[in-house]
Amino acid sequence: MDTELILMQLFSGVALGAILVITALGLSIIFGMMGVVNFAHGALFMVGAYAGLWVASLTGSFWWGLLVAPIMIGVFGMLIEFVLIRRLYGRSIDDPLLLTFGLSYVLVEGVRIVFGSDGIPFPTPSLLTGVVDLGVGFFPIYRIFVVGLVFAIVVLLWLGLEKTKFGLIVRAGARDPMMMRVLGVDISKVWLAVFGLGIGLAALGGVLAGPMRSVNPEMGALVLAEAFVVTVIGGLGSLVGAIIAGLLVGVVISMTALFAPEMATIVMFALMAIVLLIRPQGLFGKLA
Amino acid sequence: MTTYRVPLSILALCILPWLLPSKALAVNVLIYGVVCVGYNLLFGYTGLLSFGHAAFFGAGAYITGIAIGQFGVPWYLAVLMGVAGGAVLAFIIGGMSTRTRGIYFSMVTLALAQLVYYVALQASSWTGGENGLRGFTVNKINLFGFDINFLDPVNKYYVLMVFAAAALWLVSRILNSPFGAAIEAIRENERRARTCGYDVERTKLLSFTLSGTICALGGTMSALHLAFVPLESLHYLTSGMIVMMTLLGGASSFFGPFIGALVFLLMEDVFSLWTSHWQIIVGSIFVLFVLFLPKGIWGTFLSRVVR
Repeated sequence: MDTELILMQLFSGVALGAILVITALGLSIIFGMMGVVNFAHGALFMVGAYAGLWVASLTGSFWWGLLVAPIMIGVFGMLIEFVLIRRLYGRSIDDPLLLTFGLSYVLVEGVRIVFGSDGIPFPTPSLLTGVVDLGVGFFPIYRIFVVGLVFAIVVLLWLGLEKTKFGLIVRAGARDPMMMRVLGVDISKVWLAVFGLGIGLAALGGVLAGPMRSVNPEMGALVLAEAFVVTVIGGLGSLVGAIIAGLLVGVVISMTALFAPEMATIVMFALMAIVLLIRPQGLFGKLA
Repeated sequence: MTTYRVPLSILALCILPWLLPSKALAVNVLIYGVVCVGYNLLFGYTGLLSFGHAAFFGAGAYITGIAIGQFGVPWYLAVLMGVAGGAVLAFIIGGMSTRTRGIYFSMVTLALAQLVYYVALQASSWTGGENGLRGFTVNKINLFGFDINFLDPVNKYYVLMVFAAAALWLVSRILNSPFGAAIEAIRENERRARTCGYDVERTKLLSFTLSGTICALGGTMSALHLAFVPLESLHYLTSGMIVMMTLLGGASSFFGPFIGALVFLLMEDVFSLWTSHWQIIVGSIFVLFVLFLPKGIWGTFLSRVVR
């Protein structure tokens, strides 16, 4: 097997990993801040992909879809927090999980009603089609774009969380919401914003994945399992963990696809099993 | 109440097929009732929210189907093999997932069950892959020298009811034992249970294995009933359906899960006549239950009426 093919597959894994990173980051931020595992994350990823498709077909431009859909779905996420999840604070940690699971049923069925059950092709924008020769092989431009964009967003997120006042409140609120309340911070507004941000990231993942995977109502199921695997490997609530584990899982999946294609869907679960046996709290997680 | 719960439950099951619109629906209630009662042992009584019980349900069904179809094993042995196989799988998955806590546990059970799903999808020469497992039927069941025509829905119901009755008795027996008290202690306060000297890890693992084993029994019943195992029986949405049924009826009540299976399947029956998108209605009702009636139908009834 030649190096060029391996390099190309490696890069394809990084691109797949980038999508996982952005989706798992959303899951991880929501959990880290609010202690809510969002079981509808995969469904919202799928809804994001459809929203991107819809906006892109309305405006005739992929870029509008990429910009508007995550904001739209992020606002929708805030609505979900405001109407449904808010009522569950202070109850058992299982309740938000169960509620979001029921919600994912509703979302998937809702999309089926509006867009039908069949997959819809999501065309790659013309500016990003084709491949580019980087000297070591030909790489699809779209995937390079995805990796670059995700990298930029991760940097922005990190700056936002580490360097701004809002980030300070978020980090402090994750540690001790009661103390923040005493200090006069309206923590429920922060939670609203964080939930919207997390859901927006899932939707962005969906739009970005559109041209790489087929867009269909079931696409969220696999993504949810993948995002869970990534967060379990990285450690729930750890942003660094989500980034490293996301890239790791992406690369492992696509390298396995090259050498043993029939194992490609299974290998990430095996990876998770191994990590769990060694470190039940995940690579970067803290012991509960 | 506790003393008579098994005879009362069995009595309810005896008259059930005559109350429902179809016998096939009654058989389904029986199957998913058993699955949910088994699931509730872990969810309602041990306090562990597993999202992977489709793995044991599916494993029971697949093993029974493969044993009958490919090896010509007699039906009762195939049932035993299905249940035993489900037990082993539950022991393995339980061993890995009970190492983790809280929300991690739900995610790990879901992910490991998806692993089983993909393995079944890939091993298509054994499992039929995407098309599901076909090519096995049970026409006659020989019980103590009598040949029972298993294709007649009423006969089928009462034969499968024997399994359901056995499962109900077993779960009731487990809950009445010191072990039953130990799992409830773990649900209420894990740290205190540990301090009291319970081996929390082993108790959780045993509870997980027993619960998975009963789900596998439900799976073998489903294989006998349908003479077909769809791949979807291993999917995480099946796990979710088990969770939904259990919660609708009422987790941590003995008969609640059966009621939940009944109500869920009735809703499916009724709403699917109106619209092919019945899941949107069922999903919404489930969300409302989580919000306003977390004890479920039977649990709320018990807490309001029987004090």
